Amino acid sequence: MKTPDRKIATLDRAAILADARRELDMPSRRLFGKRLLTLGGLSLLTGCSITDDESVNHFLSAVSRLNDRAQAFLFDPNRLAPTYSESQLTRPFPFNAFYGIDDVPEVNGGDYRLKLSGLVTGQRVWTLPELYALPHAEQITRHICVEGWSAIGHWGGTPFAGFLRRVGADTTAKYVGFRCADDYYESIDMPTALHPQTLLTFDYDGERLPAKYGYPMKLRMPTKLGYKNPKHIVEIFVTNTYPGGYWVDQGYNWFGGS
Amino acid sequence: METTKAILTPPRDAALRSPPVHPLWLRITHWLNALAALIMMFSGWRIYDASPVFPNLVIPRSLTLGGWLGGALQWHFAAMWLLTLNGGVYLALNVASGRFAAKFFPLSPRGVLRDFVAALRGHLSHADPRQYNSVQKLAYLVVIVDLVVLVLSGLAIWKSVQFPLLRELMGGYDNARVVHFCAMAVMAAFVVVHVTMVALVPRSLLTMLRGR
Repeated sequence: MKTPDRKIATLDRAAILADARRELDMPSRRLFGKRLLTLGGLSLLTGCSITDDESVNHFLSAVSRLNDRAQAFLFDPNRLAPTYSESQLTRPFPFNAFYGIDDVPEVNGGDYRLKLSGLVTGQRVWTLPELYALPHAEQITRHICVEGWSAIGHWGGTPFAGFLRRVGADTTAKYVGFRCADDYYESIDMPTALHPQTLLTFDYDGERLPAKYGYPMKLRMPTKLGYKNPKHIVEIFVTNTYPGGYWVDQGYNWFGGS
Repeated sequence: METTKAILTPPRDAALRSPPVHPLWLRITHWLNALAALIMMFSGWRIYDASPVFPNLVIPRSLTLGGWLGGALQWHFAAMWLLTLNGGVYLALNVASGRFAAKFFPLSPRGVLRDFVAALRGHLSHADPRQYNSVQKLAYLVVIVDLVVLVLSGLAIWKSVQFPLLRELMGGYDNARVVHFCAMAVMAAFVVVHVTMVALVPRSLLTMLRGR
């Protein structure tokens, strides 16, 4: 046991000597190596300076658009998001918006009219009683926020695909866009709009949707991240022109699928 | 002095003629992987901070990449292509060339223990950079498997609806985040040890740059 150990130690000594000799010969290389090794060099990547660079931003936006296409490719129109039981509900369901809970818009249900525009041929103005009379569906699904947290909620309303067909929407169009009472705006791809779990939601947990969750209606899509689910919708339009979205225009990925 | 030189010179000349310690494809994939993995880690830290898995563990902003959540997500989902495509090429070439079997195996727990003890006592030889010691073999295999786990748990988080099997394998959406974080911690620990070892044996940096 002693002999191989000593042999290894001797070999190592020679190797270290060779290293040291070479290093002394080449101070510039030594410096280069040291700089490369420092985490300080790596930390140049961090901070926001590099993201402020125009060309870097341009590149990252282009990749984000590539990721839109990759996600559209991965999206299976028949694949259902998992559903849960009543006992798995997250209580209280978190409030989340680009403003605080005190700034939630108060929409008057009596005056309210949902407007349809763009590539639709049918009824373009809807009152709430008319909407409530539409075929009803319920779902208990997981809401996944772009931040990472998730919460399970219970939503009720009318399947959006059926509603789009009822209003004579051109379902070969690329986008469905939304304008909201809180000045939020969003748009989604047509395949997601027609997904069986995409729900024009009027109820939460068996009650009328409260203001904090998007009264009088939100579009609930368990196949998309939270920011893609618009609340307080006042107008829905069908278009082939890319409409963007509140967060999307600031850099969030447009497809935002899960 | 003469004798030392005589011992050292011939292998050096021989090395110039013999094939490189690390073939060019390996060096390229190694550095691209390092770049992709570090971008993923630094941007991932910013994404983590948006909603920490462990509320008491927040990563200082100054260490993160992306500036804000949206920027960090853009970096993360750009570097993912580099990480997976480059990682795929790395794994395919390693297996196809036989390098994987030759470099990492055989590997025994006894060998790892022996080399680990030798390393602690400063008796571990680094004379032949072509030959990984058992601790190195284990560390590199662990980080390879770890990166695969990172990619799979990341996919489960990103596409939890589209990849149900992967999601269930990770124990559901929320648990996939825990797996992703823990796998990141393993990778971060590897990076620290790896860079420290390279600092202790600078020659290994040169072989990964020049191949010799």
